[in-house]
Amino acid sequence: MSPSLITVSYLGAAALFILALGGLKTNDTARRGNMFGIVGMIIAVLVTIAAFVSNKLEILIVIMVAGGALGFVLSRRVQMTQMPELVAILHSLVGLAAVLIGFANFMDTSLQFIGVDKTIHEIEVYIGIAIGALTFTGSVIAYGKLSGMLGGQPMLLPARHWLNLVMFVAVIIVAIKFVGEVDHQQAMIYLLIMTAIAMLFGVHMVAAIGGADMPVVISMLNSYSGWAAAATGFMLSNDLLIVTGALVGSSGAILSYIMCRAMNRQFISVIAGGFGTAGGSSAGASIEGDVQTIDTAGVAELLSQAKEVMVIPGYGMATAQAQHAIADISKTLIEKGVNVRFGIHPVAGRMPGHMNVLLAEAKVPYDIVFEMDEINDDFPDIDVSIVVGANDTVNPLAQEDADSPIAGMPVLEVWKGHTTVVLKRGMAAGYAGVDNPLFVKENTRMLFGDAKESLDLLAKAI
Amino acid sequence: MIIGIPAEIHAGERRVAASPEVVQKFIAAGFEVMVEAGAGAGASFSDDVFSEAGARIGEDAESVWSADVIIKVRPPEHNNDLDRHEVDLMKKGANLISFIWPAQHKELLLQLAKKKATAMAMDSIPRISRAQKLDALSSMANIAGYRAVIEASNLFGRFFAGQITAAGKVPPAKVLVIGAGVAGLAAIGTAKSLGAIVRAFDTRPEVKDQIQSMDAEFLELDFEEDGTGEGGYARVMSKEFIDAEMALFAEQARDVDVIITTALIPGKPAPKLITNAMVMSMKDGSVIIDLAAEQGGNCEGTVPGKVVTRYGVNIVGYTDLPSRLAAQSSQLYATNIYNLIMELCPNADGCTEIDMEDEVVRGATVVHQGEVTWPPPVIAVGAERKPSFGGQILKDESAAEEKIEAEPSAFVKVMKGAWMPVMLAGLALFGLGQVAPPSFMAHFTVFVLSCFIGYMVIWNVSPSLHTPLMSVTNAISSIIILGGLTQISAPDNLIFILAAIAVFITCINIVGGFSVTQRMLQMFRG
Repeated sequence: MSPSLITVSYLGAAALFILALGGLKTNDTARRGNMFGIVGMIIAVLVTIAAFVSNKLEILIVIMVAGGALGFVLSRRVQMTQMPELVAILHSLVGLAAVLIGFANFMDTSLQFIGVDKTIHEIEVYIGIAIGALTFTGSVIAYGKLSGMLGGQPMLLPARHWLNLVMFVAVIIVAIKFVGEVDHQQAMIYLLIMTAIAMLFGVHMVAAIGGADMPVVISMLNSYSGWAAAATGFMLSNDLLIVTGALVGSSGAILSYIMCRAMNRQFISVIAGGFGTAGGSSAGASIEGDVQTIDTAGVAELLSQAKEVMVIPGYGMATAQAQHAIADISKTLIEKGVNVRFGIHPVAGRMPGHMNVLLAEAKVPYDIVFEMDEINDDFPDIDVSIVVGANDTVNPLAQEDADSPIAGMPVLEVWKGHTTVVLKRGMAAGYAGVDNPLFVKENTRMLFGDAKESLDLLAKAI
Repeated sequence: MIIGIPAEIHAGERRVAASPEVVQKFIAAGFEVMVEAGAGAGASFSDDVFSEAGARIGEDAESVWSADVIIKVRPPEHNNDLDRHEVDLMKKGANLISFIWPAQHKELLLQLAKKKATAMAMDSIPRISRAQKLDALSSMANIAGYRAVIEASNLFGRFFAGQITAAGKVPPAKVLVIGAGVAGLAAIGTAKSLGAIVRAFDTRPEVKDQIQSMDAEFLELDFEEDGTGEGGYARVMSKEFIDAEMALFAEQARDVDVIITTALIPGKPAPKLITNAMVMSMKDGSVIIDLAAEQGGNCEGTVPGKVVTRYGVNIVGYTDLPSRLAAQSSQLYATNIYNLIMELCPNADGCTEIDMEDEVVRGATVVHQGEVTWPPPVIAVGAERKPSFGGQILKDESAAEEKIEAEPSAFVKVMKGAWMPVMLAGLALFGLGQVAPPSFMAHFTVFVLSCFIGYMVIWNVSPSLHTPLMSVTNAISSIIILGGLTQISAPDNLIFILAAIAVFITCINIVGGFSVTQRMLQMFRG
């Protein structure tokens, strides 16, 4: 196959990938976009096999079919509430692949570079492996946290910032030694040392970040997996990898930015970890007042008189698998002529868009699902707001108390509505460790208990 | 216990410390109540209404002053009719609850101490959220703000609201409110409901939302400095800030019809904000209401207690605005006092007890069983109030706060702004261009342009599709499989194995990623 033909195929694949992402602009074009992505991938893989694979083709096919089958089964079996875990584990695979390919490339002595080219190539290999290794272990830890195998609390080592700094400096020093090293064996050892440090770094970084910051972590790892692909592209002088890596990298970076903005936090402070445990935790006025509880019959009574209802889902809805119950309730209410809407905070759940996927799964029509900015001004007209498992995203302290750790975070202003019903297990503070004065407001009623059970009862009651 | 409510003897004072409703509540809580004859006349509460509510009417001051608990508005003073000081009329060991202003009345504290009395100052209640229902200063400030607008509209020769009538068009009045504390906000609300265009200024940026929520315009200076001081009050600002502020007021003075000033800094004379020159620049018939008159006034021309006309502008320096709305302020004040007494009498058994451990009670108690207990120890709570208007601690602090950071130089500003990253990026690119070979630069160009494409494309993605976005980017980032494919035919076995594993796991990723994306997007079909 001629080099130009390969280049043209890769160009086509790159264009199809861009269209795939561009298609996600609307629900209608998204599926077609996904098909573009699949076609692009098939073209790229087939052309590469045709051009570069000279032997062992049978083994290759077996491997690919086996891997593909495994991936297919995974994707069919996964629960929608487990999407964050799936995405995390898939990220780790990209990272691991980048490490393996980097090592394979380094060991391949048939490639010979001289002078500046050699140095640049070595740096490319080094960076590719470093990002890949850190993506790999970081994603594994993120998976562990999301699936509940590891605790959700941030692990905070005493001098963690110094530890990070030391590891970073060590990676640089090893890099200098590695580039200057002429002996291939010795260079290999440096590469392995760096890989170990980068892996440790990935573990440490993600371990220090806790529960509700997970949307940022997932987006960030998404971004890293892209940069790892781009670095591999430089290493292999392959523009398709570079383009795709850059697309994915900037996608993840933008998602991280959106998530950080939605929490009014600096990216760097999320990455530094330990939210809600350092400074400011004791600040914030303590909450005084009495909680007013309500039972499902009372909520049904409220809803029967309501004209405008807003549902605010949070991570608690995902953990309780309550999306179907709330969908049933909203369906019943809509049939009665009630205007039901869903208000989604950008960081609700554990990954960007998590709540939207769950509501889509439960067949909530997406034209009644709104972003925070779209509906936040409408609360004064809302008769009943139902908060399902959300806490920090509806905390009035973010606006009222400048000393609060969540000060300045944009929040859904449910308290401006006539009545708010909060479904919650108990009075525990949200992830940020901040008490929520919403719960003691005069127009708030608490419905304690498991969200799914409460909502099932409520569905029967109305 | 007997609660005594004497008539106020201060000249012009029309308020009274109890209302008939509150008298009823006291009796329900087990107290006896004695009201001096004529005490409620200024507030339109007749003796008959009080006795219907269950109070005894005391014919002379002496009998009322001999009660166990005296509640009052103004601090005790010399009674000229009897030629005795009111404190001397008190029973030994009695309780007194009134405005006291301990910083200005140290003599009075000693006099009360000699009587072995316990005195609680309504003006020294700590400003914490629990004590809001006791906060008589806020009640009075609210009334003063309302009354300020009423006084202004009374003197102002035109409508506040704009109108279009058969006889021509009437423009709305423009009102400037300086200082958006309780009084300022009340003035904004009142002026707004009369139909005026209202602008407001405050040195504390956090009140911006409150002002805007009342539909008034918040005037801002192009100057960054936070004027938030202790306990919700403002503090002294830097000279640069004050200059900018004065320029703003001078500009506004030419435009507005009514200025209401409420600027107070605890423990300091009121800042002079409206100069004679500004008054001169105002239109004839304009009105200035100076709510800070008692502390010297915010306007240079203010005469405390009087209305004066300077350069055609009426300047009102009344210091008794709450008393000019006597029924309303008596009612609110009486309720504040009732709430305080119920704090002292939690069992509603007609007995009071001073719990000096309670921070609200401790803050308000200025004399306790013959000992002067003012000023109270400083409590470390975010929003509590220092003893107001005087007090050594406070002065020291505001002096310390006057040290304002120097403005960063223009260069630093530029460096901190958007130019810094651009310049750094430029330098880095230049350095790269110096050393990198052409082949690398070709790839690098592709890389940078792709980042831009990614940036443009991703911002267009609907937020509800962010999860599918992540899974599809996951799938396409497995394009890294090409690296494995190009190496799988290598003769070296180790390389083959590494490449084979890479191909295997990326295949999981590719198929898994695309397939789960497809599954999710099916759901979004709606």
